[in-house]
Amino acid sequence: MTALQIAKLVIETDTASVPPSINVRCAGAWTVRGIAPVEQQLTDVSASSARELVLDVSAISALDTAGAWLLHRTMHMLAQRGVKARINGLRPEFNTLLQLIAARAETAEPVAPVRVGLLASIGQHSWRSLLDFSGMLAFIGESALVLLRSLARPHRFRWRPVLHNLQTAGFEALPITGLLAFLMGVVIAYQGADQLQRFGANIFIADLVGLAMLRELSPLLTAIIVAGRSGSAYAAQIGTMKISEEIDALRTIGVGPQELLVLPKIMALVIALPLLTVFADAAGVLGGMIMARSKLDVSFDVFLDRLGEAISMSSFLTGVGKAPVFAVIIALVGCFQGFQASGSADSVGRQTTVSVVQSIFLVIVADALFSVVFNWLDI
Amino acid sequence: MNATTAQPLEANAVIDIRALHTRFGKAVVHEDVSLTVRPGEIFSLVGGSGCGKSTLLRAIIMLLQPVSGSIRVFGQEVIGLGDEKALPLRRRWGVMFERGALFSSLTVAENVAMVLREHTQLSAALIDEVAALKIALTGLPADAGAKYPNELSGGMRKRAALARAIALDPELLFLDEPTAGLDPLSASGIDELVKNLRDVLGLTIMMVTHDLDLLWRTADRVAVLDKGHILGIGSMNELSRLDHPLVREYFYGPRGRAAREQAWKKK
Repeated sequence: MTALQIAKLVIETDTASVPPSINVRCAGAWTVRGIAPVEQQLTDVSASSARELVLDVSAISALDTAGAWLLHRTMHMLAQRGVKARINGLRPEFNTLLQLIAARAETAEPVAPVRVGLLASIGQHSWRSLLDFSGMLAFIGESALVLLRSLARPHRFRWRPVLHNLQTAGFEALPITGLLAFLMGVVIAYQGADQLQRFGANIFIADLVGLAMLRELSPLLTAIIVAGRSGSAYAAQIGTMKISEEIDALRTIGVGPQELLVLPKIMALVIALPLLTVFADAAGVLGGMIMARSKLDVSFDVFLDRLGEAISMSSFLTGVGKAPVFAVIIALVGCFQGFQASGSADSVGRQTTVSVVQSIFLVIVADALFSVVFNWLDI
Repeated sequence: MNATTAQPLEANAVIDIRALHTRFGKAVVHEDVSLTVRPGEIFSLVGGSGCGKSTLLRAIIMLLQPVSGSIRVFGQEVIGLGDEKALPLRRRWGVMFERGALFSSLTVAENVAMVLREHTQLSAALIDEVAALKIALTGLPADAGAKYPNELSGGMRKRAALARAIALDPELLFLDEPTAGLDPLSASGIDELVKNLRDVLGLTIMMVTHDLDLLWRTADRVAVLDKGHILGIGSMNELSRLDHPLVREYFYGPRGRAAREQAWKKK
C-alpha cells in the first residue's frame, strides 16, 4: 500500500493554554482501506481531557463514506463530552459528503443482536421440539388423508414419480447396498470363525451368518443406507422447493404438494426397501459363504444345505417385513424435514442433517420395538 | 470530477471493451461489441430480453469468459486474469445482482459487514457502524439491518443488495436491473439513490435496465444492444433521434413516450 492510500494523523497538544487544546492534523487518504491506522488514535484523542479540539482536514487527499463517518463519529463523541470541537479546512466536495453522512447518521444505528439467556434458550428449544413433534403428527395425518383420497381415485394416482423414485432410491442403490451387505457378511463370518473352530462347530457358520443377516443386519443396514442416500435427498429437494416458493406455486395451481411430492416417495420406498433388503440378504450370505470356505473349509454345498435347515421362513419374513415400516419412517421424516425448511440456504442444510439423524434414530428405535414384539409373539 | 480518488486514472476510460465476441456453445451472444465507459458517468445497457445485456455485464465482472476481444477495466485487461491479480480489481468495484444475491444465512447488516471484514482492518465496532451507515444511505430503516433477507420485501432486498455493493466505497458500481420488480415509488427512490451516489461519491455506474424512467432520469449515455450488436451509443436524446426501427419502437412505443414526456416535465 503506497503512502498516498493511508490516512495519517498528527496530534499537537497546545499546553500553553489551560485547559490544554488539541490540534489534530489529518492527512492522506481517509478511505475505507486507509483509515484503519488512525481509528484507534482518534478514539484516544476524543477520550482525552482537552476542552478544545480542532480537526484540521485540509491535507486530506481522498474521503469516502467510511472516512467521513469516522470524522462524523469523532465530532459526535466530542460533542457528547462537551468538548468544543470544529473542523478546519474542509474541501467543498468533502463537505457535501459529510453533510450527507450527518443527515443519514440518525437512522444509522447498528442494531445489537438479541442475546438470549440460558433459561429462555432452554424454553425456546423445548417449545420448538414440541412444535416439531406436533407438526410431525399433523404431517402423518395429512399424508394418511391424502393416501386415502388417492385410494378412492386410483386413476388419478401419479405413477410416473413413483417409478422415478423406484429408479433413484431403489435400483441405483443396488451396488452400494450389495457391497456393504457383502462386506458385513464377510466380517460376521470372520469374527465367528475363530469361536466356532474352537468348539469344532464349523458348520454353524451358516446359522450365524444367515440369522444375523436375514433377521437383523440386512434390514437395518439397508434402511440406514437409504436414509442417508434418499431420505436426505427428499429433505433437500423439498426444502429447496419450499424456500424458492415452488411449494406455494404448486398449491396455487391446485396440486397438493403432499400428493405430488410425498405420496410417490413413500410408495416407492415401501416397494424398494424390502426388495433392497432381500438383495442385501443374498449379498451378505454370499460374503459369509466365501469366508466360510476360505477360513473354515465349509464348501458352498454344505453351507447352503445347512442354511436351508437353519433359516426358517419366519426368520426371513421378520427381516423383510420390517423393511416397509422403515421405508415409511425414512420417507415421512425426509419429506417432513424438507417442509420445515424456511428462508435460508442454511436451513435446507440443517433440515437435511436433521432428517438423516432423525430417520436413522427412529429406524433403530423401531427395530428395537420389533425385537420386543417378536420376542412376545415367539417368532 | 472524481472526488474520492487522489490518483489520476491510468487510462481515461474506466471500462474499455474492444471487439468482444461471446458464445454459449453455438449460440452467438456478442459479435464485435465495442464501448467505453468514462469516469463519473452513468452508463446504461438497454435492449430486449435475451439480447446479451446481462451476459456483457457478467463478462466485465469476470464471471464469464468471452471467446475473443478485450475488456479493460481501470486500464487492466480482465480476460484471462488470474484470481490473485483480479482481487485488487474486484475490491474497486461493487456489484448488485438482479435478484439481490444476499447471503440468506446472514442478516442484512452482516451481509454488508462481511465485505468490510474481509477486506479492511477496521475494528468490529467501526465496521458495524459503517455497515449501518451504508444501510441508512440506501434508505432502509435502521431495524432492517437485523433482519434476514427472506424477511424483507422485494424493494428492501434491492436496497440491501445495493448497500452491500457499496460497502467498500467502490469506484465503479455495476447494477443489474436495479428497479426490476419494484413499485413506482421504490423505483423512483432508486433513481434518486443512483444519482446521489454518483454526485456525492463520484462513482462511475454501469447498469443494465429496462426501466425507461430510470434511463431518462439518470443515464448519461446509453448503449442499445440487439442480437449481439450495438445499435447505437449516446445520450437518451441522441438515441431517441436515431433512425432504427427497433430503437424507434423502444423509445416511441406507448411506454417509451410516456417516460419521455415525464422526463421533459421534470426538466
